[in-house]
This record gives sequence, C-alpha cells and structure tokens, in this order.
Amino acid sequence: MYRSAVYDEPLLNELGKKSKGKPSELLSRSLQRKERVNIPDLDETQIIRHFLRLSQMNYGIESGIYPLGSCTMKYNPKICEEISKRDSFAMIHPYQHESTIQGSLQIMYDLEQMLCEITGMHSFTLQPAAGAHGEFAGLLLTRAFHEFNKDFDRTEVILPDTSHGTNPASATMAGYKIVEIPSTDGGTIDLDILEKTLSDKTACFILTNPNTLGIFESNILEIQKLVHDAGAILYYDGANINAIMGKARPSDMGFDIVHLNLHKTFSTPHGGGGPGAGPIGVKEKLDRFLPAPRIVKNKGKYSLNYDYSDSVGKVKAFYGNFSVLLKAYIYILLMGSNGLKEISEIAVLNSNYVKKKLVDSKKYDLPYKTLRKHEFVISCERLSKEKGIRALDIAKRLLDYGLHPPTIYFPLNVKEALMIEPTESESKQTLDQYIKALLAIAEEEPEIVKNAPVNTSVGRVDEAGANRNPIFTWKMLKK
Amino acid sequence: MKFIPNSALKSSMLREIGLNDIDELFSDIPKKIRINKLNLQDGLSQQEVEEKLRELSKKNISFYEMPSFLGGGIKPHYIPAAVKSVISRSEFYTSYTPYQPEASQGFLQAMFEYQSMIAELTGMDIANASLYDDATALGEAALMCTRINNRKTFLVPTNISLDKRCVLKNYAKGSGIKIREIAYDKETGKIDLQNLKKTINADTAGVYIENPNFFGIFEDDAEEILKIVKDKQSLFVVGVDPLSLGIAKSPGGYGADIVIGEGRSLGNPIDFGGSSLGIFACKSEFLRQIPGRIIGLTKDSEGKRAFCMTLQTREQHIRRGRATSNICTNQGLCALAATVYLSWLGSKGLEEISKINFEKGQQLAEKITSINNFEKVFSGIHFNEFVIRHSDAKKLNNKLLSRGIQGGFILDDLYPELVNCMLFGVTEMHNDDSIENLISVLKEAK
Repeated sequence: MYRSAVYDEPLLNELGKKSKGKPSELLSRSLQRKERVNIPDLDETQIIRHFLRLSQMNYGIESGIYPLGSCTMKYNPKICEEISKRDSFAMIHPYQHESTIQGSLQIMYDLEQMLCEITGMHSFTLQPAAGAHGEFAGLLLTRAFHEFNKDFDRTEVILPDTSHGTNPASATMAGYKIVEIPSTDGGTIDLDILEKTLSDKTACFILTNPNTLGIFESNILEIQKLVHDAGAILYYDGANINAIMGKARPSDMGFDIVHLNLHKTFSTPHGGGGPGAGPIGVKEKLDRFLPAPRIVKNKGKYSLNYDYSDSVGKVKAFYGNFSVLLKAYIYILLMGSNGLKEISEIAVLNSNYVKKKLVDSKKYDLPYKTLRKHEFVISCERLSKEKGIRALDIAKRLLDYGLHPPTIYFPLNVKEALMIEPTESESKQTLDQYIKALLAIAEEEPEIVKNAPVNTSVGRVDEAGANRNPIFTWKMLKK
Repeated sequence: MKFIPNSALKSSMLREIGLNDIDELFSDIPKKIRINKLNLQDGLSQQEVEEKLRELSKKNISFYEMPSFLGGGIKPHYIPAAVKSVISRSEFYTSYTPYQPEASQGFLQAMFEYQSMIAELTGMDIANASLYDDATALGEAALMCTRINNRKTFLVPTNISLDKRCVLKNYAKGSGIKIREIAYDKETGKIDLQNLKKTINADTAGVYIENPNFFGIFEDDAEEILKIVKDKQSLFVVGVDPLSLGIAKSPGGYGADIVIGEGRSLGNPIDFGGSSLGIFACKSEFLRQIPGRIIGLTKDSEGKRAFCMTLQTREQHIRRGRATSNICTNQGLCALAATVYLSWLGSKGLEEISKINFEKGQQLAEKITSINNFEKVFSGIHFNEFVIRHSDAKKLNNKLLSRGIQGGFILDDLYPELVNCMLFGVTEMHNDDSIENLISVLKEAK
C-alpha cells in the first residue's frame, strides 16, 4: 500500500540566508539593483535533499491509481519522456533556419495528420498550451467564421449544465454570453430545450461526448442537425475522447471544431499542473481561420507558413509546447491503430467493471441508469443522509488507504458526486483494491471517515483558513 | 499490451459484468457513425520507435552542433544537473493539479517557494503558480487591468515582439479592449515618451513596457514612464527577463503594479519554443483579480503547517463563466524547474549569471561593431540581445549557415523599417571559440 513520507520540511528560505554583499554596479543609477535578490544561498546537497523530501510527499501516477474523472490519468511510458529530453529536440531554437529543423517540423506535421485521422477533422493546429486554451482558440475561430460570413449578431454560446468549468470561462473570455441548458432526467442533452434555445444569436454549442457523466449522447446526429440548422458551430470538448478512439469520430458526429488534451488521452505527464497541449482540429470550412504559422509540406520539405490572411493569428508565442507534442507523437506511434482502439475498449471496460461492482453493493447510487463510457459518476448522498459522510470525507479516507480519490462534487447536477475514471492503465487487481476500499469506507465508523486522512504527510488541510488569511509568499509569512 | 494490463482479461471481465462482447459497451453510439478502425499504422515496438526517432533527430541540428546567435526573447541557458534530476522525480512530473492537498504537499510547497522567489525577483507582493507563457500573461494582465479600473484601452509599445502583440489582441478582443501601439524611439530603441504622453488618456486601463525590450534595450526611463502612467491613474505593467534581475532593479522598485515575464530562461530548455513559463506577479491589493492558480500556506487539522490551492472562487472550476480566467492546466513542471534553478543559483549565483549575460552582450556587440559595415542600430543600453545592421543580412546568414553557425534573427519581416537588421542573442552558453568563429566569418563577409 502506498504511504506518503512525513517530513516537517522547512521552506527554502528557512534552510539558509542570502549571503552578504552588494551587486556589482554595471547599469545606470535608475536601473541598477541596490540589494541582491532575497534568495538563500544553499549547497547542492541541501537543495537536493529538500526537493527529494518534497517529492516523497507527493502522489503521482507512478505511486498508484489516480482515477480523477475527466482527467484521464494514465501511465506515461518512459520512452516518451526519455526521447523528449534529448538535445536534438530540446536544444532547438524556434527561429533556426528551416533546413536545420526538419525533424521537429516533420514530427509536428505527422502529429497533425494523426490527430486528423483520430478525430476525422480536416486540419489541426498544435499551438494551444492546454485544453482551456484550445477552447479559447476554437471560440476565436468561431467568431472569425461568423464575421467572415457577415453574421455579426451571434453573441451567445450554449452549453449543457454538465459542462467542464473551462467551457463557460473560455466563452466569457472570448466575449460571448453564456446560455446554460439543463440536462434531461437521463443526464443527456434535452433536444426540445436545445431547439428552443438555439437562435440566430447562437454562435456555438459546446459539447463533451461522452459527457461528464460518462454517458454517450446518442442523439448526437439530431443535436448536430439542430445546431447547424440554426447556423451555429458545434464544438467538441475532447477531454473525454479516451472513450471512443477507433470506435467513432467527432467529425462523423457533426462537430466542426475539436480540441484534444494530449496530456490526458495521449499520455503526456501532467507535470503537477502542466505543461499540457490542447491542439484544435477543424472542418474544412474553418481551415482558413486557424492560427499561423502552419506547417506545410512541399516536395518532401517542411516549412512554417505565415501567409494566411484570414488567420486569427496567434494564441501563444512560437508553435506550442513542443516536448509535450513530441511525447504524444511517440505515444501514438507506440499504440498505433490497434492500440488506440484497445485503449478505448479497456478504458470503458474498466470503468463499467468498477461501476457495476459499486452499484451492486448498494452502498453507492448511480444516477441515470444508462451505459457508461470511460468514466462514471456515483453519488454518496445516501451515506451522507444516513451517516453524515460526505463525498469529501470519502475522498480523504481513500488517501488513508494509499489510493488517490476521484474527482468530487462534479458535475454539479449530481449531489455528493464521485466521478471515477480508472483508465486502461490499471490492472484488475488494482481496480478490485479500489472497489474494496470504497466499500470498506462505507462501512466504517463515521468519525473515522470524517477525521481522515491520518496516514498522509499532513492531516486534513484547512482550505477555508487559507482563503481567510492569504499567505502566498515567504515575505507575507514573515509579516 | 504493454500499457494495457487488462487486455488479456477482456472476456472474463466482460462476463463478470454480464456482457459477452466488448461492442455491447459501445451500443449507445449510433451505428451510422461507428467505425471499425483508424487508418493509422499499427503500433510499433519500443525499439522501432527508438530507431524512428533517432532518424528524425538527425534531421535537426541542435545548438551543440551549430552554435546559434539568435535572439528574439528565447535563448539557451545552462541547466544544472540538479534541476534535471529534481524534475525527473516521477512523484512530481506524473502528478495532477493538486486538488487533494494532503496527497500533494510536496508540489504545493515547491509552488509556494516558486511564488515566493518570483515575488522577490519582481519586487511584487504576490505571484501566481504560472501561466502558459509571457504572451498569454500579457493578455491576462490587460484583462486584469480592465477588471480593476473598468477602462477599455491598453497601451503597448512596438518594441515588444509581434507574437506578443498578436496574442494580446486575441485575448483583448472578447472583452472589447482596444490595443493601441506606442512607437519606439528610432534612435535609442526605447519607448517614445512623447508618443506615450500623446496617446495615454482617461480610458487607458494599463500601459505595458518591457525591460529589456524585444530589441534587448533596457527602458531606463521607467520612473518617468511611471509618472506619465500615474498621472492618468492608469496601471503600470512591466515585462521582464528574470535573468536580468540579478543586476537590474526589480520592477517593484520603479512602481510597477503588475509584472509578467517569460521564465523559460530559469532552468528550462528552448524546446523549439515550448517549455514556456508565464510569470505573473502583482501588488497584493489586486489579490482577488489574479488569473490562474495560487498556492497558499495554511494549517492542517492538527495545526501543522500545510499548503493548498487557494482563492479558488476566482477559478473556472468553481466560478465557471465569471472566473478571472479560463486557465486550468498551467506550466507547473516548468515552474518547478525554475524553483530548483533559482535555489541552485542563490542570490549570488543569480547576480553572477545576470552579470555574465550582460557582459557577454556588451563584448559581442563591441566585437561585431568593430568590423566594417556592421553597426549597432540603437543607442540604448542592452542586456544580452542587440540589433545589428549589415548591408545584406540574408546573404550573411546563409554564409554563416554554410560554416555551421546560425546567425542573428532577421527583423525585416516584422519591422519593415529595420531593413537588413538582425537581432543577436548571446548567453553564458556561448564560449570564446564559438564567438571567435562567428567574428571571423563576419570579418570575411564585411
């Protein structure tokens, strides 16, 4: 069983002080620094021990199962990591002469082609740094598309109440008014409500399929017809595409824009928060608006082309998070057509396996009685009513079992939600262990569960206190 | 398969949940859109992948095989082995955003240390736990200014990169913020103060300057700029190269309200323009307007020191459409690299590296301008990049390339007025030999 280390590891500035002395006078008076920056001067031994200890108080996918719903935390093959760090890729300047960067350009070009095949889209850009960034870029394209068609009154973006939080946030940033529509009793899009909500004001409808409950929107072809009849763009949030690779493609479902999270489905490590990559793919009608530069291939040579007069321009400096793109490229080569399909099949099988065992136990409830894909959402509302144990308590208690909790309290339309996405990486043995832990917790004394965790490097963290008394830097701590 | 343990158990697991065929799990997908397989190659073995990538890597020429003197806001810097070692700890790099603080104290503490050091470097009170890069950080800064003062114009000088201005315009568009450009002084390369004075008005939400700017020049009139900005009660946003701050004054020292920057130079590789790190710091009065994640120090149930993500009600997963930004995934591991790098340097090491970069910048500029037909374009003080004019920049770069050297970044396309101008960049990575080689080829070219 995984156990976190417990250290009272001091902050860097508590390990030592900055050394005495003034910086050399090199600049004019108005620009010259008078005091050295307040960073401690430490030995490498101290530094390495410090960060080693910190690492031992951190749970990663190599520590154990990490079934955060909508996050697709799968194992990250070592070979991807190792190759991406080589100088022949990492020590390349983005403005080098094209003849000296053919390898990197080819990788990006081929990756775009692969993503086109996986999604069925016409073309891709690799520029966005994350899923939310891809959404933002996609909405810039949406605006460019409508403006190009002299259709200036489309001010609204529609999304379901189960959507990821980034969807409405991206829409707001792109200048749109958000219209959220409620889901049906089955947890899917209500066609009547959608039809009534769509109008000549609608710029775009954002949808995740399978949705955040893990349910495939079987009416997708009716949905796409409604959206397109209203003249709007249908946007695919690709956070959940791990469920359907080699089984169905967003383009065939009628989506016009797709973003993929390479740090989810394509196994690039999440880095404790990033970097990620959120490439977007589009149908041909949106191709001309894609960010520049684009990678083009001509007579076997690859080059960067900036010459697209209708392009929305740039969303990030240079061409994207290259090392992330490279790792995803290697991963797709490793998996291939057969492997990607197998990934989705087993990811969905694992999810349904865990779901069935938990539901059969009758300790947790499954809202919406349909098939699930790669993830599912159960509710512990019953435990909450009977024993006062909330989703948060169960999450914390799982940590005591050495297991990472699922996503909790999302989506918002399920009370006391636990959103579980095991991914294809986990063995049956691990899944059984996870199920066993969840069932055991349901039987435990409420006091034990509510006081969890006790086996972690710190006890339950006072997050409300952190909000009330903000301390973000060691400077603020001293005050 | 190697990465899919339950492949071999498919039938038995299906039976256990009362199914016969894997396709029953996909029966909710309309038949019309189901596909049988993707038209991609079948998976390669690890050894085959290794061989393929080796072949591809031969089509690249890295900095170590071909010294590069490209500027443009991105240059290679030495990355200590200690940095590489720490960010290779899989507990760090394979972890997710620290939603469960009790399982993520290590990363959270490191991010608190990152925020602390960025605050020290920039002279600001607070910093967030990273944005994508400097260009998007500028976009977020402009949005934050208008949230604070409700004004709708944001000013940027043309002596910042075109990429950055382009990203900024995209970020600003949705909120109806107008971006107005301020000319640069053709003599010094610095922002044109007269033009700034003429353009700034009561609707100016914020003014951005960069120190050093895209031409490598320090804006040493920052105090005068501050006066102009504050005269209109506008916000002062400053962009930095953090490595210059070992010798240069922190923007907090000349009145900046918000500081952004590109942190790649702190322990991250050039990575073809990836591995970026958007620095974002500001005064504490703007606390609740900051975009992105912030790590706070607090206590656990026993009163022991602990860390967690905080002020999450600003963020998209809580506030959805009313969040301060849509950012979720950031550049966490690049921020961790910066944390280890800064702690490895310490205050003295930071000053030293800053000094080396400044001195190399001065020496190379002197060497190049001592050759006939090469002149420095701007008179302002530069850091480790500078603009040189030559009679035929493109021809020169081709000549250098044929001799295994990548010359400066040609500016013609970005600045039509800077015909035959090149942006040279130099760092601690350029040894005497590579500099002498460059100079000898330049001498031949004249």
